[in-house]
Amino acid sequence: MNIVVLVKQVPDTYSERKLSDSDHTLDRESSDAVIDEINERAVEAALQLKEADGDGTTVTVISMGPERATDAVRKALAMGADDAVLLSDDALHGSCAVQTARTLAKVLGTLDGVDLVVTGNESSDGGTSAVPPMLAEILGLPALTHAREIAVDGTTITVRRETDEGVTSLRAELPAVVSVGEKINEPRYPSFKGIMQAKKKPITSLTLADAGVDAGEVGLGNALSQVTGAAPKPPKSGGQKIEDGGDGGAQIAEYLAAEKLI
Amino acid sequence: MAEVLVLVDHFDGDVRKVTYELLTAARALGAPSAVVVGTPGTAGKLADGLKAHGAEKIYVAESEQATEYLAAPEAAVLASLVESVSPAAVLLAASGDGKEIAARLAVRTNSALLSDVVGVGADGVQHSIFGGAFTVDAKGVTDHPVITVRAGSIAIEPTDGAGAEQSVAMPELDPSRQAVVTAREPVVAGDRPELTDASVVVSGGRGMGGAENFGIVEALADSLGAAVGASRAATDAGWYPHQFQVGQTGKTVSPQLYIAAGISGAIQHRAGMQTAKTIIAINKDPEAPIFELADFGLVGDLNTVVPALTEEITKRKG
Ligand SMILES: Cc1cc2nc3c(=O)[nH]c(=O)nc-3n(C[C@H](O)[C@H](O)[C@H](O)COP(=O)(O)OP(=O)(O)OC[C@H]3O[C@@H](n4cnc5c(N)ncnc54)[C@H](O)[C@@H]3O)c2cc1C
Ligand SMILES: Cc1cc2nc3c(=O)[nH]c(=O)nc-3n(C[C@H](O)[C@H](O)[C@H](O)COP(=O)(O)OP(=O)(O)OC[C@H]3O[C@@H](n4cnc5c(N)ncnc54)[C@H](O)[C@@H]3O)c2cc1C
Repeated sequence: MNIVVLVKQVPDTYSERKLSDSDHTLDRESSDAVIDEINERAVEAALQLKEADGDGTTVTVISMGPERATDAVRKALAMGADDAVLLSDDALHGSCAVQTARTLAKVLGTLDGVDLVVTGNESSDGGTSAVPPMLAEILGLPALTHAREIAVDGTTITVRRETDEGVTSLRAELPAVVSVGEKINEPRYPSFKGIMQAKKKPITSLTLADAGVDAGEVGLGNALSQVTGAAPKPPKSGGQKIEDGGDGGAQIAEYLAAEKLI
Repeated sequence: MAEVLVLVDHFDGDVRKVTYELLTAARALGAPSAVVVGTPGTAGKLADGLKAHGAEKIYVAESEQATEYLAAPEAAVLASLVESVSPAAVLLAASGDGKEIAARLAVRTNSALLSDVVGVGADGVQHSIFGGAFTVDAKGVTDHPVITVRAGSIAIEPTDGAGAEQSVAMPELDPSRQAVVTAREPVVAGDRPELTDASVVVSGGRGMGGAENFGIVEALADSLGAAVGASRAATDAGWYPHQFQVGQTGKTVSPQLYIAAGISGAIQHRAGMQTAKTIIAINKDPEAPIFELADFGLVGDLNTVVPALTEEITKRKG
C-alpha cells in the first residue's frame, strides 16, 4: 500500500501569532514554525497502518510551504516516514484553500499508485478543514474525515468519524482521502536513530513548474478570496485578584451580583 | 433581488438554530432561499420554521441517498442549484459537516470559500481568528462565494417569508467514489445549554484532580443555568468528554460569563475563551497565567471555593 501523509508547517501555537501589516497574510517570521500537531497524528496513523500491513507499505510525506518547511518534513521522516516531497515556490505565498487543494492534487499526481492520502482534519492556523474534502472532490475520491479510528482490510477502509454532531461509521474503497482528528492517537517521539536516519532519507524538492502548476493560478493575487483588512483586538487585561481568606465563594458571588451576572 | 442559498441544518425533524442565524445573515446579501436535503418527508416538518425566519423559497431535494453518503449529496444538490439560479452567495453552518460540504461545493463551482465567518455584509465578511486575537475583513472575488458561518455569531431576527416550495432532483452519485455511512450515533443533547450557545460557561481543568470531581463543576453550572466546559488536560485524561473541550482544538466560546476552575490558562485554552465578556478564575497558583485575563481572580483551592460559590448562588436565588 502506498500511503501519502500531507504535512503543513504552522506557527507554533505556543507563540503569539500575527498577520503581516503589509498584505494581511500569516506573519511567518514573528513566531516559531513547527509541524502542525495534528499532522504528527496523521503521520502516526500512517505508520501504524504500515506496521499492521508489513513491508509492502511505504509512507511518503508531502508538504507545500516555504523552504523552512523542510524541518517539518524531517520531523515526519524522523518519526518513520520513508521519503518526502516538498513543494516550495514564492508564487504560492498567500494562496487560498481552493488553490492549495488544487496544487496539492497536482503534487499527488506526480506520484504513482497512491492508495491512501492521510491528512489532519483541521490546521491550527488556517483551520478551514477544507483541504481534505477539496482534494477528494478534485481527485474524485471518497473522503473519510475526522477519523478517530481507521482500519484497512484489503482495499476497504473503515473509519469512525467523530465531530460535534456525533459519531458516524464510514466505509469506502481505496484509493481514498482520510483526515484524522485530535483523539486518534498519541504520536511517537522520533528516536535518536530515527533522527539520524531522517537526514539520509530522500526529499524531492519541487517547484510549481515541476508539479505542472501555472504560477498564474496560485498566490495572493489570484486567490479566490481576498483579505481586505485586519485589526488586532486589544488584549484583555486582568482585573482584581484576591487570596481566598475562607470566604472565597461568597466573594465571587458578591462580584457576580455587583456585575448583575446573577 | 438575487437569491442567497442557505443550506438547512436539521436533525431528527427539527431545524437547528444556526439555520435561522443563516437565514438572518442571508438577508444582507439578497433574498434567502432555504435548501433542504434529506430523506423523503423531511421538508414538510421544517417548512413552517423556515418561513417564519424569512425563507422566500424552499428548495427540497428528498431522496434515500441523502443520508447514505457523507457531504456529497448536499454538495451535489447545492452545485446544481448554483448553476440554475446563480445565487449571490451560499451560506452554510461552520460545523464539521457544513465545512465539508462547503469545501466540495467551492471546488466544484470554482467559488471563493469564506470559512467560519462571524459577520456577513454586502461589502464582505468578518472572520475572528487566532482565538479572537485578530478581526479580519475578507471578500470573495468570484461569483457565488461559499460562506460558512460560526454558530452563535448572528442574532436571529424572525420575519415572514413566502416559503414557496420547489422540488429539486438529487443528482446521481457514483457509489464507488463515496464514503458510505454505515451507522450514525448522534450526540444526545443533555439538559444543559449547548456549549457554544450558552451565556454562561463553567470549565474545569487538570486542577479538578479526577473525573469524580467534575460533579462540583456541574453543580455550579446548574446553579447558573450554564454549560460545562473542560481544558484539554481534563479531556485528555478522560475526566470529561472530548466534545466539551474549550480551546484551539476544541470549541470556541464567547459567553457573557466564563468561570475557569483549576485551569492554568495556556495560550491554546485562551484561544477558545478569551472573547468571553467577563472571566472569573479560581486557581491555587497566584502566578497562573489565567489571572492575566480574569476580571476577577480568586487564589484558592477549588475544592472548597467551587461548592461554596454554588451554595451562595443557590441561596441568593432563594
Ligand atoms: C487565519 C487564516 C484564515 C484563512 N481563511 C481562509 C478562508 O476563509 N478561505 C480560504 O480559501 N483560505 C483561507 N485561508 C488560507 C488557507 O488556510 C490556506 O490556503 C491553507 O494553505 C489551506 O488551508 P488550511 O490551513 O485551512 O487547511 P485545513 O484544510 O484546515 O488543513 C487540513 C489538512 O490539510 C493538509 N494541508 C493543508 N495545507 C497543507 C499544505 N500547505 N501542505 C501540506 N498539507 C496541507 C494538512 O494535512 C492539514 O492538516 C486562511 C488562512 C489563515 C492563516
Ligand atoms: C496544538 C495544541 C492544541 C491545544 N489545544 C488545546 C485546547 O483546545 N484546549 C485546551 O484547554 N488546551 C489545549 N492545548 C493544551 C494546552 O497547552 C495546555 O496543556 C492545557 O490547556 C492545560 O490544561 P489545564 O490548564 O487544565 O492544566 P494545567 O496547565 O496543568 O493547569 C492546572 C491548573 O490547576 C491549578 N490547580 C491544581 N489544583 C488546584 C486546586 N485544588 N484548586 C485550584 N487550582 C488548582 C494549578 O495551579 C494549575 O494552574 C493544546 C496544546 C497544543 C500543543
